[in-house]
Amino acid sequence: MKEISLHILDIVQNSVSAKASEVKIDIAESISENIIKVSISDNGCGMDKEFLKNVTDPFTTTRTTRKVGLGIPLFKLAAEQAGGSFSIESEKGVGTIVRASFEHNNIDRSPIGDMAGTLISLVSVNETVDFVYSHTAENGTFIFDTKEIRNTLGEVPLSEYEVLNWIEGYINEGLYRIKATTY
Amino acid sequence: MKSLEELAKIREQVQNNIHMRDDSTAGYRIVVGMATCGIAAGARPVLSALTQEAAKRNLEYVKVSQAGCIGMCRLEPIVEVYPPEGEKVTYVKMTPEKAVKIINDHIVNGKVVTEYTIGAAE
Repeated sequence: MKEISLHILDIVQNSVSAKASEVKIDIAESISENIIKVSISDNGCGMDKEFLKNVTDPFTTTRTTRKVGLGIPLFKLAAEQAGGSFSIESEKGVGTIVRASFEHNNIDRSPIGDMAGTLISLVSVNETVDFVYSHTAENGTFIFDTKEIRNTLGEVPLSEYEVLNWIEGYINEGLYRIKATTY
Repeated sequence: MKSLEELAKIREQVQNNIHMRDDSTAGYRIVVGMATCGIAAGARPVLSALTQEAAKRNLEYVKVSQAGCIGMCRLEPIVEVYPPEGEKVTYVKMTPEKAVKIINDHIVNGKVVTEYTIGAAE
């Protein structure tokens, strides 16, 4: 995919399909350590050992419309092409953690991309799920937690357009302040 | 600087404006394909254009949601419009610009944009 943020959007869809009520997205980047670490963890239904063993195989999928599921294999490929690594832990009934790392200066690393765009897509169509997005870069850590936002909003849903706009600005400002990379 | 105070103001505004909502389009459901195929083909900006245009036209009762893989990956991004009564319309190879036209022509004015439908593409 053109951006790491699109892979993240894709993998989080898996968490939502697994009936997660909370999804945590963590990005930690360091130019000096030459690494970008991404982790997506959820409290969904998880996978049993058999399924987990084969989950990075494109022909292993829960889909019924096609025999191929490319989300995880493509993310793994993106990480490995950028000199990084990929792993998944999962426990049935508990949840799943997907981890991918990338070499920051690798020419084949896709840009992190529009994380605000990914978060607002997720928030606008998944009203009942809570998301916590934390991003650590050169100047510190920025955290976006939908639970906090819901507190202030009361009964107004997060999918309201003005709210989505506010969230986009809030995330972009936060990422700018910590000097998150956009390239 | 975005602050939680701003968000509290937005809450007030939304609650006060509830009476201005256009409910003549209530019952319309718009579904955007957001599986790997859709995302790779550009579904995120299409979803964003749909929500933005629906908000611009005050179509607060139109529900936009997502679907997994619809099964026609080569035609993604796909947008399905379910009217309150009658058959759904499947739009294929969507772009943000086409999304705006669909909100205005199909949802607001009731005219299906046939050249973007799956029938026209096959």
